[in-house]
Amino acid sequence: MNQILLDPTGELGAAHREPLKKPESLDGLTIGLLDISKARGDVYLDRLDEHFQERGLTTKRYKKPTFTKPAPVELLQEMAAEVDVVVEGLAD
Amino acid sequence: MQLPDGIVAVVKKDCPTCILVEPVLQAIEKDGLVLTVYVQDEPTFPDVGKVVDDTELECSYNLEIETVPTLIKVENGTEQTRSIGWVRDEWQQLTGLGGLGNDLPEFRPGCGSISVEPGVADRLALRYGDFDVASRRIEVAGTEDEIEYCFDRGWSDGLPVVPPTEERLYRMLQGTTRAPDEVLGEAPPDLATCTIEKVALNAVMAGCKPEYLPTVIAAVEAALDPAFCMHGLLATTWFSGPMAIVNGPARKAIGMNWKGNLFGQGNRANATIGRALQLVIRNVGGGRPQEADQSAFGHAGKITNCFAEDEDTPWQTLAEERGFTDGQSTVTLFSADGPQGVFDQIARSPEDLVHTLADSLAAVQNTKMVNGSDVVMVIGPEHGRVFDDAGWSKARATEALQAAALVEGVDLGMGTDKSTGQPLSDPKSSLKPKFRPGGLQLVRAGGDAGMFSAIIPGWLMKGTLGTDPVIKEIVT
Repeated sequence: MNQILLDPTGELGAAHREPLKKPESLDGLTIGLLDISKARGDVYLDRLDEHFQERGLTTKRYKKPTFTKPAPVELLQEMAAEVDVVVEGLAD
Repeated sequence: MQLPDGIVAVVKKDCPTCILVEPVLQAIEKDGLVLTVYVQDEPTFPDVGKVVDDTELECSYNLEIETVPTLIKVENGTEQTRSIGWVRDEWQQLTGLGGLGNDLPEFRPGCGSISVEPGVADRLALRYGDFDVASRRIEVAGTEDEIEYCFDRGWSDGLPVVPPTEERLYRMLQGTTRAPDEVLGEAPPDLATCTIEKVALNAVMAGCKPEYLPTVIAAVEAALDPAFCMHGLLATTWFSGPMAIVNGPARKAIGMNWKGNLFGQGNRANATIGRALQLVIRNVGGGRPQEADQSAFGHAGKITNCFAEDEDTPWQTLAEERGFTDGQSTVTLFSADGPQGVFDQIARSPEDLVHTLADSLAAVQNTKMVNGSDVVMVIGPEHGRVFDDAGWSKARATEALQAAALVEGVDLGMGTDKSTGQPLSDPKSSLKPKFRPGGLQLVRAGGDAGMFSAIIPGWLMKGTLGTDPVIKEIVT
């Protein structure tokens, strides 16, 4: 059952969680490429990686052990510490 | 609610008196009166014609039933009279049936109504009462942990908060007679409207009991008083945050600590009242570290900083100095950094002790600074005894300390290394007072053992340019 909480704030912001702001430019940022271990995800990310590299951007590659489960905490922490944005391939 | 005319009874099976009067109820019906029985627990009870299932307790709540059985006479849908428990005379009079229950004892007390049991009463008031909530309702998915949700929303100071539900808000608001929509002021830095309801929600999250709410409200009122300058105190790069000192009967009534470890952990009232104030600034005002709160270091007291004064001493209390009587409870708010301990186990005369305390005050902010922040000096019981035994009043001790807290003009000059100091034209000219007049506030508190006191400096911007201490009475 869903629970109702009451907003304890001055209610100047949105009632629901706002997503993090998207960066206006990728310049100077490190881009994480996350392969969730779905078929051909690597092909998609390889191609993206090439495009990013051509633009002189820094990338780092990551891989989830399986797409069936949430990413392990160690992997999330590693990405959070090392990159500014993440691209992940979600489907086959 | 519209009541059926005739005789109304409210009963529960789990009540020996209700079972005792079952034949009486049957007799009322047999005598041709219109009888309606509301039963709170077991709708097969009693064995009469018209039994209404009140296991949801709506009728019991609306009739304000506190005891079962309660017998009510109704005409034209309106209650005429009621009898509580089994009182034979009253039941006979109410029904007009002379011989009713003559075979029973004259009197049997009833049992507590389920509708007033702890926990139940609150839920009924929420469901059937006229409790209006102004705050936005936010639906949290059943799969989500509500405490984690509060962290994710940024409502927490870094420690878990109690999720602010409607039921908890209702219970918290029972701690005050003030209306939830009463506006206390604008909370900085966003200058958002701060109502009693918002304060209560943050008091829930901080872990306060409802009985702490009036103290939290007084602390918030002090913080929102322009003289306290909460906006600047929040925004400063300096260490300070608000510190609340409680005086009067409320200290004992809500179990506050002014003894051992009073600045530290372990007392719910101290810990949660100070925390509630900080959560109001964070959530209602929108004041968050590394945003509007630009403090370079902060300190642990910015999570919570609240304690009571020891009033079992010969000295005037903080509140008495400000014209309140010992029957009134107050909160006084100061700007405060972390405490600096002062050690003197040798001084046995007030003169010697003043010397130690005044010299130690020289280190506040910088030995080369005068007229920096105001200071609260908390005198521990063993230091306090030195003053008390010599018959020194608080005023005399304050005056002596203020007079002794002087810095040689020559010591204020900039060093050869050009470090902080005063560019004095005639550095040898005079002794400079360390604090502005009234800038040294003595308070009594602390654990029994240890010849120590505590120096609590505050924000450097003081007086009309910054913060002044603000006192507010605690009203329920």
